[in-house]
Amino acid sequence: MNARSDRIALLAVPGLAFLAVIYALPLLLLLFKSIQGVDGLTLVTYIDFFSDEFNRTVLWRTLRVALLTTLLALVIAYPTAFAMARAKGIWLTVFLVALVLPMSLGVIVKAFAWSILFRSNGFINTTLQTLGITDEPVRMLFTETALVIGAANVFLPFMVLPIYSVIRQLNSSLPEAASSLGATPWFRFTRVTLPLSLPGVVAGSAFTFSLAISMYVIPSLIVGERQQTLSMLIARSFLYLRNEPLGSTISAVLLVIAIFVVLFSSWLAGRLGARQ
Amino acid sequence: MTQTDRITIFFAWAVGIGCIIFLMLPIVITVATSFTSSAVYTLPPPEWSLRWYKSLERRSGLWDAVQLSLNLALISTAISMVLGTMAAIAVARGDFRGKQAIATFTVSPLMMPGLVVGVAMLQFFREIGLRDAYWSLLLAHVVITLPFVMRTLLASMGAFDFSLIDAARTLGMSYPRAILKVLIPNLAPAYLTGGLFAFLASMDNYPISIFLTDARNKTLPIKMLQYLEEQPDPSLAAMSSGLILMAIVVLVVASRTVGLNRMIDT
Repeated sequence: MNARSDRIALLAVPGLAFLAVIYALPLLLLLFKSIQGVDGLTLVTYIDFFSDEFNRTVLWRTLRVALLTTLLALVIAYPTAFAMARAKGIWLTVFLVALVLPMSLGVIVKAFAWSILFRSNGFINTTLQTLGITDEPVRMLFTETALVIGAANVFLPFMVLPIYSVIRQLNSSLPEAASSLGATPWFRFTRVTLPLSLPGVVAGSAFTFSLAISMYVIPSLIVGERQQTLSMLIARSFLYLRNEPLGSTISAVLLVIAIFVVLFSSWLAGRLGARQ
Repeated sequence: MTQTDRITIFFAWAVGIGCIIFLMLPIVITVATSFTSSAVYTLPPPEWSLRWYKSLERRSGLWDAVQLSLNLALISTAISMVLGTMAAIAVARGDFRGKQAIATFTVSPLMMPGLVVGVAMLQFFREIGLRDAYWSLLLAHVVITLPFVMRTLLASMGAFDFSLIDAARTLGMSYPRAILKVLIPNLAPAYLTGGLFAFLASMDNYPISIFLTDARNKTLPIKMLQYLEEQPDPSLAAMSSGLILMAIVVLVVASRTVGLNRMIDT
């Protein structure tokens, strides 16, 4: 290490110091306070939190919604990324616009649009009735299904783009080589294309999942107070109930989950990278 | 190409086109409802009208919220650009341990729950005695924008040929001047893309901002959700359509200068 690159390393100091004080320190203090008892460290707030059945229901719902959202986004995103990687000219532009335009729009705008779509007199219900699929309006707003659909819609670009960028870089001659060696299409997909595109899938899923466990605007516009998630409980305990200890505990629980997702996904990405 | 290949490709295209429709649906619906003459959201609207656009003039505090959001987004993005450039150069050029950790750490606010970051900042600012809503919001918005700038700058600086900087220095430029005159123009697409997404993230942030506002400092998303709770009429769709138009204009300009494909690369 020479003096020059030493000095270059110093360039990172202002940004890191800023993030350390304004971002990392507050989060660490929050975590610390959640285990701080009258005398010494304690897990009593967590025990209290998990012993309440309502809280467990909300935690489970949050995880379930996030998981289903990630799965739905993945199921749509994978074939889309596959088609996109083969698209050229105007079609590629259409795909890119469809991904980038929603990404540049606020989540409030999109969640609000879904709350209009899901109304009992909304577009989806009118279409279903015109097509004769149902006679009566289906109750969609305020359901978990609506939430998963709306959330998957909002996070879809974050799933498609990492998978697309991996599939696009795949050497298209690899599956062809496998095929000329007599591999069946199924074998080719499961042994060549899928494993090579896994880093994109992991990156997209981790990002979507961590956005979905902590989303607040989307559930508050699509399901409202009826089906609470952890984020909504946090907002409610701080902004309406003024119950700060409860809000801090739930925040700490959500933070621990988020950190776990980040660490787990980077560990997984590292393992995938090492294998290839 | 075998039969199975053709079916697979057809299936991928079918899902892909469905995906395009799915992604565009909320945007189309919002714009369509904003031109309704009715006070409820019916589609297709009974009659087309501009009444909800006109009603925006009467919304109290809307313009103040727009100004505050623009102000925060511009200043925080500018600060993030400076901090981000320095940190990204350090990661790209420096020779020290923990470079990967720095990269992960600076991008990590993207994956942290917004409400929790907001709560933690609220408690922290209170403890250090920072009570001014504007300054709290500005500090928080630098944390919101920095990851977007870092992500694009880290990716593009990894591919930048730093011997250009050394060449400029041999020709007598100082290091900061070489960065300004050589590095930044060369990485203009990355700056534009990172800056654009950072700006939009700041404009859109609700979960962190909600804990740091006071009665006089309300950002646009906070004001919009407040309107939605008080008076959920299609004027919100009109407001959203305004934002959609803004996004389209910005994207057209960005794609002309950078290219859509490069925007998503970083």
